[in-house]
Amino acid sequence: MERAQIVAGFRDAMLTIDRYQARRIITEYCDVDAPQTIVDDVIAPALEAIGDGWEQGTYSLAQVYMAGRICEELADDLLPPATSSGHSGPRVAIGVLDDYHMLGKRMVRAILHGAAIDAIDYGRCEAWELASRAQNDDIDILMISTLMLPAALAVEDVRRALTAEGIRPWLVVGGAPFRLDPDLYHRVGADRMGTSASDAIRIVRELEGALPDR
Amino acid sequence: MNADTMTPMERVTTALGHREPDRVPLFLLNNLHGARESGLSPREYFSDPIRVARTQVALQKRHQHDCLYAFFYAAIEVEALGGEVCFVEEGPPNAGTPLLRDPEDIERLEGPNANTNPVLKRVLSAIAEMRRRVGETVPIIGVVMSPFSLPVMQLGFEAYLLTIFERPDSFWELVQRNREFCVHWANAQIDAGATAICYFDPVSSPTIMPAEHYAKIGGHIARTTLARIRGPVATHMASGITAPIAEAIADTGTVALGVGDADDLGALKACIGERVTLIGNLNGLRLVHQEAGEITRNVQRAVAAAGPGGGFILADNHGELPWQVTDEQLAVLREAVTIHGHYPLAGARTDHDG
Repeated sequence: MERAQIVAGFRDAMLTIDRYQARRIITEYCDVDAPQTIVDDVIAPALEAIGDGWEQGTYSLAQVYMAGRICEELADDLLPPATSSGHSGPRVAIGVLDDYHMLGKRMVRAILHGAAIDAIDYGRCEAWELASRAQNDDIDILMISTLMLPAALAVEDVRRALTAEGIRPWLVVGGAPFRLDPDLYHRVGADRMGTSASDAIRIVRELEGALPDR
Repeated sequence: MNADTMTPMERVTTALGHREPDRVPLFLLNNLHGARESGLSPREYFSDPIRVARTQVALQKRHQHDCLYAFFYAAIEVEALGGEVCFVEEGPPNAGTPLLRDPEDIERLEGPNANTNPVLKRVLSAIAEMRRRVGETVPIIGVVMSPFSLPVMQLGFEAYLLTIFERPDSFWELVQRNREFCVHWANAQIDAGATAICYFDPVSSPTIMPAEHYAKIGGHIARTTLARIRGPVATHMASGITAPIAEAIADTGTVALGVGDADDLGALKACIGERVTLIGNLNGLRLVHQEAGEITRNVQRAVAAAGPGGGFILADNHGELPWQVTDEQLAVLREAVTIHGHYPLAGARTDHDG
């Protein structure tokens, strides 16, 4: 089977929430001894295709979420601990600002995990707390998930707090207020905005290239 | 000078009848602005239903828009069920820690009696006071969460998605219990004086759930719920897209549909405009930083797309104007309606033109 067919089959299995078929495609058509290749060549492109479909209104948030879960489960089984937790790329953290609803953060973490990128989970935080933890953990990319406009506007407070801590990690935001007002992320001092959870893969890989060598 | 010649009630009912009133009706869904106007936090403001009614009536008079919006906040139904609500200073309160944690909780869930529950009674009192103050001149819009969308706040979004896909028995049990409450709560608002009910159902939008599920799930729930509500119902998907399921929404018995700004208003008008009045689709979040020219252009665009022939109400697309939208911006919006929203619309061609 051609790689494009494998990706399309895997994508369709996730869209129909068919865990069995998704796993069968990976185990039958991919080299399970090369898990990073599976992530790069099949899982990540399929997740990105689903994310693009959501942005275009073709697929739904429920499908993006369930796809993230399926990939997360596969990554847990396929990837050795060294690959999933010893990723040598940028240090990534994600938190939710002033909100109790964690779906966006959960989706981004699942999708990043499925793509063998670990993100430290800060849970629900206030602006100063996010900045302080980012400073302590030497974070390169700080992702913030928001649901309501006041939380989106509070990203500006995070940027101020990060500056007060003397650090300038890449600040990446996502959530409904940013999706519905695509210029908002600029105004609150963020560096990037993800319009779907799978954008996180693209953004981390892009920013990874811009980081100084560790 | 374009002068209004109808009351808001006459204007809205004419539009809902798919005829052209004196001008395009305007709904400013400014529930949060009442708190700002009163100089109070949302928590303090919404604690007094008479103050809510008085302030909403004052704002309706100031902006000369066409409804009284009896919406307090989305999480009020969860609060009435015993759940936690988190208030913020300059925005809508939101549901806190999920109320339901396991399937057994669903089996124990019982909707409160709206006429005795202290939380819901506040809304009913506000509606009754609004009706006392305006009589039949201004429509009053009551609000319910759909039985399909309320569980996002009852369970948390993630647990709810898993319930839908992995525990269908629990899902339908919850929907059934929510449907009984929804019907009761909607009818209690009608009895208190609401003219119509806004049925918020964002989870049914193809933005959230696959469009092919609508007929079996969200649409089925809407049909069986709306049929038991004793008044006209407008369906609103809170900025979610509606186009892929528009015809199925029109089959639920809804008289109107809130349209998000990602939808093509003109295309929806052509698709379902003869059956359903369209409400929308100004982007309230963008309105926060828009200047007069852009606000006016957006009003012109929406009126031109959906205004001809009636069946259109101009409003924000989310069902709640952000706190941060200023009175000055609303005045510009209202002025744009005066200039561009009077019938016959400039450049519009109706069936009567031959």
